[in-house]
Amino acid sequence: MNKIVKSIKEAILLSNLKDGMTISFHHHLRNGDYVLNMVMDEIAAMGIKDLTVNASSLFDAHMPLAGHIKNGVVTTVQTDYIAAGLGREFSEGIMKNPVQFRTHGGRPADISTGKTPIDVAFIAAPAADPMGNCSGKYGKSACGSMGYAFADAMFAKKTVVITDNLVEYPLQDYSISEDYIDYVAVVDAIGDPKGIVSGTTKITRDPVGLVMAANAAKVIEASGLLKDGFSFQTGAGGASLAAAKFLKDIMLQKGICGSFGLGGITGYMVDMLKAGCFKNLLDVQCFDLDAVESIKNDPRHMEISSMQYASPASRSAVVNSLDVVILGATEIDTDFNVNVHTDSNGYIMGGSGGHSDTAAGAKLSMIIAPMMRARLPIVTDRVTCVSTPGKDIDVLVTQGGIAVNPKNAELRQRLKDAKLPIIDIEELKAKTEKITGTPRKIPKGDKVVAEVICRGGGVLDRIYNVK
Amino acid sequence: MMRRSMLFLPGNNPNMLINASCLGADAVIFDLEDAVSPAEKDAARILVRNTMRYMDLGGCEVIVRINSVDTPYWKMDIDALLPHKPALILLPKTASKEDALIADNYMSEVEERLGLETGVTGLMPLIETAAGVENAYAIASASPRVKALFLGAEDLTADLQCKRTKEGREIEYARCRLVVAARAAGIDVYDTPFTDVNDDEGIWEDARLAKNLGFTGKASISPRHVEVINSVFSPTVSEIDYAYEVMEAIRRAKEQGKGAIALYGKMIDAPIVARAERTISMAQALGIGRGDN
Repeated sequence: MNKIVKSIKEAILLSNLKDGMTISFHHHLRNGDYVLNMVMDEIAAMGIKDLTVNASSLFDAHMPLAGHIKNGVVTTVQTDYIAAGLGREFSEGIMKNPVQFRTHGGRPADISTGKTPIDVAFIAAPAADPMGNCSGKYGKSACGSMGYAFADAMFAKKTVVITDNLVEYPLQDYSISEDYIDYVAVVDAIGDPKGIVSGTTKITRDPVGLVMAANAAKVIEASGLLKDGFSFQTGAGGASLAAAKFLKDIMLQKGICGSFGLGGITGYMVDMLKAGCFKNLLDVQCFDLDAVESIKNDPRHMEISSMQYASPASRSAVVNSLDVVILGATEIDTDFNVNVHTDSNGYIMGGSGGHSDTAAGAKLSMIIAPMMRARLPIVTDRVTCVSTPGKDIDVLVTQGGIAVNPKNAELRQRLKDAKLPIIDIEELKAKTEKITGTPRKIPKGDKVVAEVICRGGGVLDRIYNVK
Repeated sequence: MMRRSMLFLPGNNPNMLINASCLGADAVIFDLEDAVSPAEKDAARILVRNTMRYMDLGGCEVIVRINSVDTPYWKMDIDALLPHKPALILLPKTASKEDALIADNYMSEVEERLGLETGVTGLMPLIETAAGVENAYAIASASPRVKALFLGAEDLTADLQCKRTKEGREIEYARCRLVVAARAAGIDVYDTPFTDVNDDEGIWEDARLAKNLGFTGKASISPRHVEVINSVFSPTVSEIDYAYEVMEAIRRAKEQGKGAIALYGKMIDAPIVARAERTISMAQALGIGRGDN
């Protein structure tokens, strides 16, 4: 038996893809991904129409998708994140059906429970053997973890591995095993390494970002959660990384050994592992080369699937064992609802990713954001889009003060005792608007271009077209 | 007013000015001099004036570095900013008592002309020439408006024709001379910034050295240095404990009608008491150490 097919086209034919079906992609090759475009071009050339694309995230490298939508090849999009360039197209109303935004936990939950069944999954694989055992750790297009691809491989009716690095059977240390794979297509390149992972991610040098980061680390220190066995997730943004650096200093100074670092993993988290701040890293996605090297070589740095990471349908998910998560926001309102889907003008430029999952699971969910960006205040009366409900957010850290959600009185008292600069969120809003003025409300369009689906099901909010 | 750290912010950078009070410094120095090119002097002056006019900088004290008295800008700087009551005017290239008095007199003239209260804004001569160092005491005692001296090592080392080093041997004399001159005149004295923003260890050493020499505080050109400077120039818990012990010993001595008292075998005299009082007052302002007094 041999699963190798001559081309992507042959894999599509053999998988019996028809009009109206659902296909899926993972986003581990990020903005360097070639696979989604290659597959979509082939499908379009074959005349297949009315497809649903379920992609764990969409980047601007996937701009040709807009053309396939306009031509009717794709009529529904299910995803967890859409980058700004492609997001603008959706916001301007290129698609009849609204985009279905899920979370990184909600997506595999709905795939595994059959709410969003996948007919054919296309799995870009930096290394694969002829039977389809595949891994992200090896090869010129290495991306490290392949956490988001597990649900697709396990639950799709047909699964096609697409690789540019065919190795001898059996591939050692594979991530996804052959029993889920139907076909293996070999191509020249699955992606551009420059866009797949960044070089060493650097922390911000922006003084305001550093002030926020230092405050974030102090909040964690004062929260009572920073002790042996501590677990932590942070984003790859400049201030979030700087917070990790400050936190590392505190942990080393106090001799605290945490249990695990979680999430999209950067070199900074790897440094914390090496320095003894954590016993393990649980990695659903690698952000930079240091993370890729680490997951390949260090057994303490473990790959996890998005189901294990965050799925509410799993028997247990790591997010529910998480102590602290640091998250970003494009806007946050006075009820602590957070927007990470749109910019302040209403254009789609992101998505929840693991935002709502970790916020719901972690004991302390912290938003770190400047008081204003490009003249616009971050704190508003009502966010343009609710991505993560305020009930799941504990604290907002800005350079102008730390606002604690009134639901968490204990945290407020702890921060007060630690003499941290606490400010009421309404006061923070007023303080910012004193500088920026109060922005006029952006009028909503009359067409729903996206629905934000709660990780537990149900529509959390709707995004309208931009006029 | 506690001034452990003073952070220079370029007067032509709105983003930094907006965030002035968020950067952790006890005082910020809005810079109209070296950070601003001649073509932008007027724009920076207006920006700094408007920042002082409209922004609430909370507890962060504002100092303005104007241009030196040998430029065409300095009077316009004072005209524009004095009405907004900066705590201090930092006067660059002060080489003599006369330089300080020129600025002092003009500030008084503007105060009178605009009906402002006299002397609300103090003067802090920036000593950054060999002549300035040699004239330090005369400058420090030039007038009641002179509230502090400020050492500027970059220009000073150029004037001394030597290389500025991290270790700072070349400015040892100037540092000691300024501390002695300022203390003799009964005013404060501030140390030059540590200019390597990437040397996280170096700033600790340089700030500790300044504190040990007797400086009141230290300036910084990088927000990253502020926290270190604040930490070094804050009293330690053991210093605070000792200060309370001194005050307790003095109280007991008074109760017992004793004129002199020893603590740990050392006589407690007036300077020790004065230092203990300063330590306790600083600790209380910072909310650190004992809260029982």
